Amino acid sequence: MIANGISRRRFGGFVLGAATLLAVPGARAAAGPTVIQNVSYDPTREFYRAYNALFAERHAAGGGAALDIRMSHGGSGKQARSVIDGLEADVVTLALASDIDAIADHGLIAEDWQSRLPDNSAPYTSTIVFLVRKGNPKGIASWDDLTRDGVEVVTPNPKTSGGARWNYLAAWAHVVAGGGGAADARAFLARLFGNVPVLDTGARGATTTFVQRGIGDVLLAWENEAFLALKELGPGDFEIVVPALSILAEPPVAVVDKVVEARGTRALAEAYLRGLYTPEAQALAAENYYRPRLPEVAARYADAFPDVKRVTIDDPMFGGWRKTQAEHFGEGGVFDQIYRPR
Amino acid sequence: MLMAIGGRRHPRVIPGFGVTIGFTLAYLGLIVLVPLGALVAKAAELGPGGIWAVATDARVFAALRLSFGASLAAAAINAVFGLLLAWVLVRYRFPGRRLVDALIDLPFALPTAVAGITLATLYAGNGWVGGLFAGDGWLGALFGPDGLKIAYTPLGVVVALVFVGLPFVVRTVQPVLADFDAESEEAAASLGASRFATFRRVVLPAILPALTTGFAMALARAVGEYGSVIFIAGNIPMVSEIAPLLIVTRLEEYNYAGASAVATVMLAVAFVLLFAINLLQRLDRAQAS
Repeated sequence: MIANGISRRRFGGFVLGAATLLAVPGARAAAGPTVIQNVSYDPTREFYRAYNALFAERHAAGGGAALDIRMSHGGSGKQARSVIDGLEADVVTLALASDIDAIADHGLIAEDWQSRLPDNSAPYTSTIVFLVRKGNPKGIASWDDLTRDGVEVVTPNPKTSGGARWNYLAAWAHVVAGGGGAADARAFLARLFGNVPVLDTGARGATTTFVQRGIGDVLLAWENEAFLALKELGPGDFEIVVPALSILAEPPVAVVDKVVEARGTRALAEAYLRGLYTPEAQALAAENYYRPRLPEVAARYADAFPDVKRVTIDDPMFGGWRKTQAEHFGEGGVFDQIYRPR
Repeated sequence: MLMAIGGRRHPRVIPGFGVTIGFTLAYLGLIVLVPLGALVAKAAELGPGGIWAVATDARVFAALRLSFGASLAAAAINAVFGLLLAWVLVRYRFPGRRLVDALIDLPFALPTAVAGITLATLYAGNGWVGGLFAGDGWLGALFGPDGLKIAYTPLGVVVALVFVGLPFVVRTVQPVLADFDAESEEAAASLGASRFATFRRVVLPAILPALTTGFAMALARAVGEYGSVIFIAGNIPMVSEIAPLLIVTRLEEYNYAGASAVATVMLAVAFVLLFAINLLQRLDRAQAS
């Protein structure tokens, strides 16, 4: 045990020493770039840990130098702000296109970033599902059930959480796809948020409130977050309910042009992101509860992901992220109006 | 010029006034005035009308009312119970006194997020304390069939603020009480003063300045508190949303000027409050002398 402890510490020291050495510009020039910084959002931790190992292994197998892939996780909006404020990210892998748009607006990423990679630059997708307590005591099956009297809904605040924006939009899509107009959708969301007892600032916080504190009858959650909660926090205590219609959440990825040009890491960063579309990486995404894009991988995991009709953000009812962000979540937007005192 | 300055010069007991005042002003400017100035400058982008519009917006106003109301309540609770704690720690010797003394500072040392999560766990309906006050708990019955909800209500905000503000009152009052002569109390008692009169006429005037300072510090800390409150507040707009959360919300929207405007309003209100407390202290001192 003791020997083990020491050797581990020595190994840690070695890694640290190696990293310092690699950071010396001369050493780096000889072997090509070896450090990439990926700035991501909260629930991707497990997935990128697996993918980074896969990519580093591939890179080494192809004759490349040993890679040091550094991760930073946090709320999607906060992460985007850090990049704008100077955090040197080679790639960003965030929850919402609007967060990458914000970085692009500050000139760090080319405006056309979303068309540079396949599938709107979103290598994996997700959707919004309901997590309910064991046996589904309130009988929650569809979005309409969330506005019933006596049903408590837990969701984070769409103003501070990327995931919660998808929650909100999925509910909106439910009304409009059912033939309702914008006014109906507003009234529906006002009723829904009237049933929310706690508005956490982030998705993990809302999961904790629902699972650990026992607040609420249903949690609106990312599908991957719901699966994770089921697996890690309480198998048998909760059930996932998939509504008939939900939203196609596309967490996008992009190379940060200004940073890769300054650091000379463009080729490596682009390879890192393109690698996300390979069958092996797609399978890793599925293992971590993200829906894969590649049809053959998706077919293999079809049992894990129930069929659900998913409305996209580019549907005419929304008209893309830029429009939606300003209209619904901007200051004084539709969401703010829900809470305006009458 | 030189002559004039030289002529006004008086010898001082401690030399180096010029150097120290220069250093003090520069230091204060660098540490306090520059960041606050930058904040106000950012808010000024909106113009006075814009800042006024932010301050009087119904939701911002509700958040400010909650933040300052809960902070005042928490500081008042801390003033009473902090004084009691300080009294017990100074006047009595009991086993474990040093341990209790050390415990007082823990709210300072704990990361605020940890405090918030712990408090939310305890005070939620299924937590130890929250369960007692729930509808079926044995204290909750006193508050009607639904019991008393603490976490995720404004009451939860006060609980968190009492926690983080406790050390200020205890630590400001403690040394003054320790220096206070027990003989004065004995004198008052021997002159026939009742216990209450002794406390009110003899002890309280002596510790009042320290108590007010502790109150003001606890208040200031509570107003700016974010980490511990956010987990227990519930964050429902118009009900349990604190002003610092509105600032964070504005930042999430990349609205730096709007965030600065809310912050500037908070700063102004806090300054007025602290200034008023300071003024009261001076009036009190003037009256005493």
